[in-house]
Amino acid sequence: MKIIVCVKQVPDAKDVRLDPKTNTLSREGVQSIINPYDRHALEEAVRLKEKVGGTVTVLTMGPPQAAEILRESVSCGADEAVLVSDRAFAGADTLATTYTLSQAIKKIGGADLILCGKQAIDGDTAQVGPGLAVRMDIPYVTCVRRIVEANDKAFVVERLMDDGYDEVEVTLPALFTVVKEINEPRLPSLKGKMRAKKLAITTLSAGDLDADTAQLGLKGSPTWVVKVFAPQLKGERTMIEGTVQEQVDQLAEKLMEWC
Amino acid sequence: MLLIDIDACIGCGLCEENCAFDAIHVVNGIAEVNENCTLCGGCVDYCEAGALKIEGKEECGEKDGLAAWSGIWVYAEYRHGRIAPVTYELLGAGRKLADQKKVPLSAVLLTDKAGGMPAQLISYGADQVYVVEDHALAQFTDEAYGNALEDLARQYKPEVILAGATAIGRSFIPRVATSLKTGLTADCTQLDIQQEDGALLQTRPAFGGNIMATIACPNTRPQMATVRPLVMKANAPDPARKGDVIHYTISPDRLASRVKVRNFVALEGDQVNLNEADIVVSGGRGLESEKGFQMIAELAHLLDGAVAASRAAVDSGWIPYPHQVGQTGKTVSPKVYIACGISGAIQHLVGMQSSDTIIAINRDPHAPIFNVATYGVVGDVFEIVPKLIDKIKQVRSS
Ligand SMILES: Cc1cc2nc3c(=O)[nH]c(=O)nc-3n(C[C@H](O)[C@H](O)[C@H](O)COP(=O)(O)OP(=O)(O)OC[C@H]3O[C@@H](n4cnc5c(N)ncnc54)[C@H](O)[C@@H]3O)c2cc1C
Ligand SMILES: Nc1ncnc2c1ncn2[C@@H]1O[C@H](COP(=O)(O)O)[C@@H](O)[C@H]1O
Repeated sequence: MKIIVCVKQVPDAKDVRLDPKTNTLSREGVQSIINPYDRHALEEAVRLKEKVGGTVTVLTMGPPQAAEILRESVSCGADEAVLVSDRAFAGADTLATTYTLSQAIKKIGGADLILCGKQAIDGDTAQVGPGLAVRMDIPYVTCVRRIVEANDKAFVVERLMDDGYDEVEVTLPALFTVVKEINEPRLPSLKGKMRAKKLAITTLSAGDLDADTAQLGLKGSPTWVVKVFAPQLKGERTMIEGTVQEQVDQLAEKLMEWC
Repeated sequence: MLLIDIDACIGCGLCEENCAFDAIHVVNGIAEVNENCTLCGGCVDYCEAGALKIEGKEECGEKDGLAAWSGIWVYAEYRHGRIAPVTYELLGAGRKLADQKKVPLSAVLLTDKAGGMPAQLISYGADQVYVVEDHALAQFTDEAYGNALEDLARQYKPEVILAGATAIGRSFIPRVATSLKTGLTADCTQLDIQQEDGALLQTRPAFGGNIMATIACPNTRPQMATVRPLVMKANAPDPARKGDVIHYTISPDRLASRVKVRNFVALEGDQVNLNEADIVVSGGRGLESEKGFQMIAELAHLLDGAVAASRAAVDSGWIPYPHQVGQTGKTVSPKVYIACGISGAIQHLVGMQSSDTIIAINRDPHAPIFNVATYGVVGDVFEIVPKLIDKIKQVRSS
């Protein structure tokens, strides 16, 4: 089975913040990491490979330094790595991203199964998986929490819903996005690290993709960021002062009004 | 691309300071952009010298024919025989947008059995309800639901489509947007109409809630957004409201799905009805252990409320995940939210700040939770909560 895992390099969300007073971004120690959900997608791909055989290719669209997360993925069990990188891709929203990724996947010969994370933590959009499946004209299942049955023709998986989960059946080729509870990702192995060091990463530029340039990057992106700002807080609070007992009495009085 | 006018650039470094992506740096007194640039345009707004410009944006998409798209649509989420509450919230928000633009508000209902639901949608503010009623829609599948909404949109050309940012909405709405080759903004918390051109401004949290971004979709239609549940307010239903119900038939091949739903398993065990509780007592790392949660559970019980938690408390294993409130947990909007030993990180705040009244108990007077609190109490939860429980019992028994 040929499996492609889409991985994205993201800034570690907990480090990025806008100082509400100066409205400036604090970048202190912002690290680039592999999108946490994508680790789980990769782990699931490697487990499938171990079970039913096949290859795992990691694919990312991003700046040249995104090669770091490809090597990291290889050290965790991926076989091949493809970096899709070009200035022409800059400013891509999810629509342009899915176009570019689908062209790249076609270029490298397609896949039986494509795995994505549920969402990328920089944007939390959760749109690239479904959009990519539409571009490839293959069925997809979002928020997969367990693979129940797998063979080279069809899968049975559980998809997480708001009120429980659905067990669904799907024929290959297909795309899944995965949630974190699907597995516990392994750490890089020493052998994997060695392989990652030596591996030649396939690099594809816009010219390699037979792409319609009007659908790439900023030009191919219908959405447009109008502004970026720090979250506003309402803050017209009343502090309840006094001794502990006085505070408690006032609080209880208020609570009794409402309850 | 990002154009830098080197004559205008004064090398002040404001762009560098404000870039979320570490993509622009002042080198030898002049700004220089690197490949991290996502063309978000953040720096352009900050540049006081007017030296930065994003080029190429005007060329994207087709501006022609935008005027043919009109009206606001709300996808009425249907599952297992009932309409998801977020639908009514969207009808409330959609009503405002439609009135502002003086266009009709329509609901789209995809179901196997419409029954009284169209009338219900009209009572909550819809002028029209498009109904597709078909056996193939008994179970949610991305393909059948997506194709049905896509076909309807191509036929009737709405300018805006809103859906709940629920498991269903976030799964099939991207399919519709991709098929229609238009923009989609996920998980919005605010919607506005731009004065000048009537465009929909879609505001959403990004970077785990640390930053807010306002997004527009200037050159393609429809403008599509999924909206977080419990952020918008529903209008009170008016059974006397009149509206039209339009039945639409989708061809069977468009309702076929390559994914088949075999079985549904309802959320097991731990049924946490946080969303429905009027009072929510929530605990954070300040509660120190499971014991702390037993304490606030007693308070919640006394007030007929539910227990919630911050992620720090959930991660510590003091209370299971279904209780988590925030960016990666639930959004709640109770009458009263009592935060005990919670610092008020933005990721927590996004899940509870639309509560009517927020009471914060924290021993650190500078804790950010006090910025959103209606009432703040600086003190030790282990002193205050037990006394509060006693006091309420005492008042109740007298
Ligand atoms: C991508 C991302 C998503 C996230 N999603 C969520 C989410 O969904 N929900 C969420 O909650 N968090 C989320 N977080 C985590 C969030 O950033 C905070 O780390 C978390 O909310 C902190 O929890 P806390 O307030 O309980 O703990 P802390 O920040 O440690 O605060 C504990 C507070 O308790 C007070 N305290 C301690 N002892 C006492 C006492 N005896 N009496 C009174 N006060 C006391 C302290 O003064 C302090 O203010 C997310 C983070 C990221 C990066
Ligand atoms: N630039 C990218 N390159 C490769 N995969 C991506 C990229 N962007 C998003 N993805 C995949 O799509 C998933 C959802 O991303 P998003 O729609 O941005 O939230 C991620 O978890 C990745 O698996």
